[in-house]
Order: sequence, then C-alpha cells, then structure tokens
Amino acid sequence: MVEKTPILDLLTYLFLLLGILIVGFPIIYTVVAATLPLEEVSKVPMPLIPGDQFWVNICAAWDKGDLGTQLTNSFIMASGITIGKIIVSMLGAFSIVYFSYRLRTVAFVTVFCTLMLPVEVRILPTYEMAANLFGPLQPLWDLLHLNAVVSWIAGHDISVTLDWSLLDSYTGLILPLVASATCTFLFRQFFLTVPEELCEAAKMDGASAMTFFRKVLLPLSKTNIAALVVIEFVYGWNQYLWPLLITTNPKMTTAVIGLQHLIPGPEDIPTWNIAMAGALLVMLPPILVVLFMQRWFVKGLVEREK
Amino acid sequence: MIKRSIFESRLLPYLLIFPQILVTVTFFYWPAAQGLVQSLMISDPFGMNDTFVWFDNFITLFSDPLYLRSVSITLIFSMSVAFVSISLGLFIASMANRALHFTAVTRTLLIWPYAVAPAISGILWLFLLHPSYGVVALAIKNWFALDWNPVLNGNDAMAMVIIASAWKEVSYNFVFFMAGLQAVPKSLIEAAAMDGAGPFRRFWTIVLPLLSPTLFFVTVMNIIYSFFDTFGVIHTVTQGGPGGATNILVYKVYQDGFVGLDLGSSAAQSIVLMSLIILITVLQFKYVERKVQYAG
Repeated sequence: MVEKTPILDLLTYLFLLLGILIVGFPIIYTVVAATLPLEEVSKVPMPLIPGDQFWVNICAAWDKGDLGTQLTNSFIMASGITIGKIIVSMLGAFSIVYFSYRLRTVAFVTVFCTLMLPVEVRILPTYEMAANLFGPLQPLWDLLHLNAVVSWIAGHDISVTLDWSLLDSYTGLILPLVASATCTFLFRQFFLTVPEELCEAAKMDGASAMTFFRKVLLPLSKTNIAALVVIEFVYGWNQYLWPLLITTNPKMTTAVIGLQHLIPGPEDIPTWNIAMAGALLVMLPPILVVLFMQRWFVKGLVEREK
Repeated sequence: MIKRSIFESRLLPYLLIFPQILVTVTFFYWPAAQGLVQSLMISDPFGMNDTFVWFDNFITLFSDPLYLRSVSITLIFSMSVAFVSISLGLFIASMANRALHFTAVTRTLLIWPYAVAPAISGILWLFLLHPSYGVVALAIKNWFALDWNPVLNGNDAMAMVIIASAWKEVSYNFVFFMAGLQAVPKSLIEAAAMDGAGPFRRFWTIVLPLLSPTLFFVTVMNIIYSFFDTFGVIHTVTQGGPGGATNILVYKVYQDGFVGLDLGSSAAQSIVLMSLIILITVLQFKYVERKVQYAG
C-alpha cells in the first residue's frame, strides 16, 4: 500500500483470516462430522478432531442415498445443460451479429426479453408444457380435422392424440433450462469486439460463413467457452426446483434432491455423520470444477456484469 | 448492433437462430402466456371446467392476509440476505485487496462456496444450527443465553435460512468486489495519500464511490438470488415453517400450485413475480444506460 501502517496491516491479515474461517467453518465441520462414528457425532458439542470412520460413512451414504445413480443423473443433467446452452447460444449470437436479415431484430428482441426470467417464476405452466410437449398443437390438430385426414390415408378410423411427456426423462431435466439469454448476450458482446478485418480477410479468401465460424470464431472464443463451462456446470448441478418437479422416480432424480433423504428427522437415529458424508460427495464435483478452472471462472463471472 | 462486414445468406441465419428461438418460445413464451391465461381463470376441483373470472384471482390474492404476510417475509428475508452477504463480501474483499501476501491462496479459499448448491448450504447450516446437535446453536445458547429453537420459533427459523442463504452468496460478492477494487486506479489512491487522507478516509471518499456500479449490480443480483434461488434452502431447512414464518413468495407458488393444487392462484402469483423481475431488469438497464452516457 501507499504508506507504512504496521498495525493496520496486521489487523488486515487477522480479519482476512477470520473471514476465511467464517466462510470455511461449515466445510471444516462437515468434513470432521463425516469422519466420526455415530456416538461421537451426536455428542454435544461434537469433537473437532477427525475420526477414522470416513470411508465407512461415505460407503453408508453411497448405499443409503443411491448416490451412484443420482450422481450420474446430476452429471448428465449438468453436462447436458452446459453443452446445450453453449451450442445454442453461440450459433444464435453468430446469426445475430454476422448476418443481416429481415427478422433479425425480432429474433434479437424475442431472445433478450427472457434475459432475467428464471425458471422459478413460471414453474407451473412450464411443468404443464413439459408434461405434454405437444399440448399446444392439439387444438390445431383438432381444428384442421387432421384425424379425418389420417383416417382417410390409413383407410380405417384412427384417433390420434398428440402426447409427448418429458417427465422423468433426461430431456425434461435438460431442455427447459437450455434456453438462456445470458449466454447469447455474452457471446454477442464478445463477437462484437472481434476485429472486422478478420471477417473481411476470411471473405476475401473465399471462406464460407460456417468455415469462418469454425476456423476463426471458435478458437477465439476458447476462454469465453471455458468460463461458461464452469458457470453453467455449477448452475446445472445445483438446480433444485426443476428436478424436484419433473422427476418422481427416485432413479431419475438428481443428487442434490436425493440428499434430502439422508437428513435424519426428529424421530430418527441422528446419523448426521452419514448425511454430512453424502453432502460432501454431492458438493465435491462443482467445487472441483470451480477450483481447477478458477482463472476462467472469475473472468467469466465478472464479464457477465457488462 | 451488427458488424460492418457480414455474410450473405438467405437461409443460414434462420437455421442458426432456430434452436434458440424454439427453446425460448417453447419454454418461456408459451408457458408465460399459459400462465397469464390461467391467472384469469378459476378451475373447479375436478379440473373439468375453467371459468373466466377477469382479475378475481389477483383481487383475492392481494386481500389474502397469508399472501401479504408472505410478501413482507420475502422483503425482510431478501433485504437481510443481501445486507449480510454484501457487507461481509465487501469487507473481506477490501481486506484481501490490502493484503500483499498469500493472495492466490486466500482467493482460492474464499471462492469455493460459490459452487455449493443452496440446498446443500441449507443442509450444512441445518446441522450447525440444529437445536440439539448443532455447535453454532450451542454457542448461541451459551454466549447469548438465548433459547434457540428454529423448529418452533419463527424468528429463529428466519435467522437460520438467512444465514444459510447469505453464507453461500458471500463468495459471489467477493469475486465482484475484488474485481472492482482492483480496477480502482492506483494514482487516485496515491494522490489522496499525498494529500494526507488515511486508509479509512480513502475508502469512504474514493474507493466506495468508484465501486458504486459494482455495488448496484451486486445488490440486484443478490436480491434476485434471494427471491428465487433460495427455494432449495427453504425446502431443505424449514419447508416454509414453522407456521409459515419462512414461507417466501417463490415457495408459496410451489406450495399453492403443486401441493394445494390451487392453479388459478398459483398462476396469479407467478405473474406477480414475473412482473416484479421484469421491473427490476428494466430498472437495471436504465441504470446501465445512464452509466454509458456518463462515460461517453
């Protein structure tokens, strides 16, 4: 800093340490609880020295919560959302920035009006939509008397009901969360900063639009993609309300939801050691992603502000 | 905005934007329209007949003491979450910005709670604040001589969900404040120091005003977070109880719609939330535009 302030500097480090402890305490405590046997964890206060039951508790949580299946589901959901969002929004932003067509403004406004609308505010209608994706088409089908047409073609009476449910499926877990204006916005902002000369040069060399996209824009977007991978993976993994609604089958639910079954109720044996071991397992993947890709993550998060 | 040099194609741009438009219309516009229609209807208990009732659902909603209570609970909850997590985040970030050593380690140690799901944060604090086993609960009981019982006492339950929600958000705010602090020009700080302003004076008169755009953005994001993303915390920790003391708006939409099956009211509540978030977004964009004008 500018001047020498030894006391203030000492205080700075002390407060910083305190801050880290406040932020880190729940996790330290969780780790310790996950290593203790039942009689130790239910002592008041619980000892802060780790025990030797870590592996036992982890295995117990794994079996009791069916975490193998649910972690796989979480992984599929989080990766699906991440990949889906990045592909859809990159192509969309490319279309908006690098082409001029009649409905460009309409498309732009349609997408950006949804910028801030989280899935939580429209749960019921979105759920109904997912329960039958063809629901909106049914009145149209009836209106056009397409049943009669189909019957005529088939030569006998057929009644067709349009029904495609996304409940209890990976598609249902992923697809409604793929729609994201934030990613499109981010890519649009980035594409606008790409020098005009690159596009001009590519066109002069006779590159088509998709070649330009693949050979120039994609490599340039690497850091942006890396940042979005972290943010969207964490977002997808940590989803709660949507998987809670759309899955009823325990085999299809995600780990964050399934964890609920490990929490001991007031009348149960207080197996908090197993609950904490389960919590550790479930929160580890997104934490690892954030820690290993910290640099891109911080950049990506801060860039969203602009 | 568009590029000067663009590609010419009739079909390609439509093909490229098509997936985005398709998911947006299917999962945003159609449900939103559906919700709007439903909020003007009352269905009979068997779901056979819908009657069009204009704004009756909204009138019932705003004269329902339970809903009004939920509104005030949500306000208290989100203000507290935003206040706790922003002040803690700003404090830790300014400490970390002063520190010259161990910067990478401290940053790493402060960032990771961002990756913890709100629901899991709820579970961790449920254990820490458990009336019979929690160590923090024990500390509260012994140090402050309080009768801590979030299972029965509404205020305690509220404090519990506020702590669980704010804890996770501290690291998010920390990242933004850290970036904001590092963008403050060193020359300004040095000039102020030359003029004899101490560290605290410099913070209040130079750093904080320069940080105000970040502060504004973070406040908006924190309020949105505490309105919607905290569903997981409420669902794992209190389920809206005891006696509806932590029944925030988004949880009430879920309870009325999916547990109580009162579709009209739930849809009306969704519409209210949607209007609220649109209002926040518009306000934010207005502010951002003003910032750009000043800069230009």
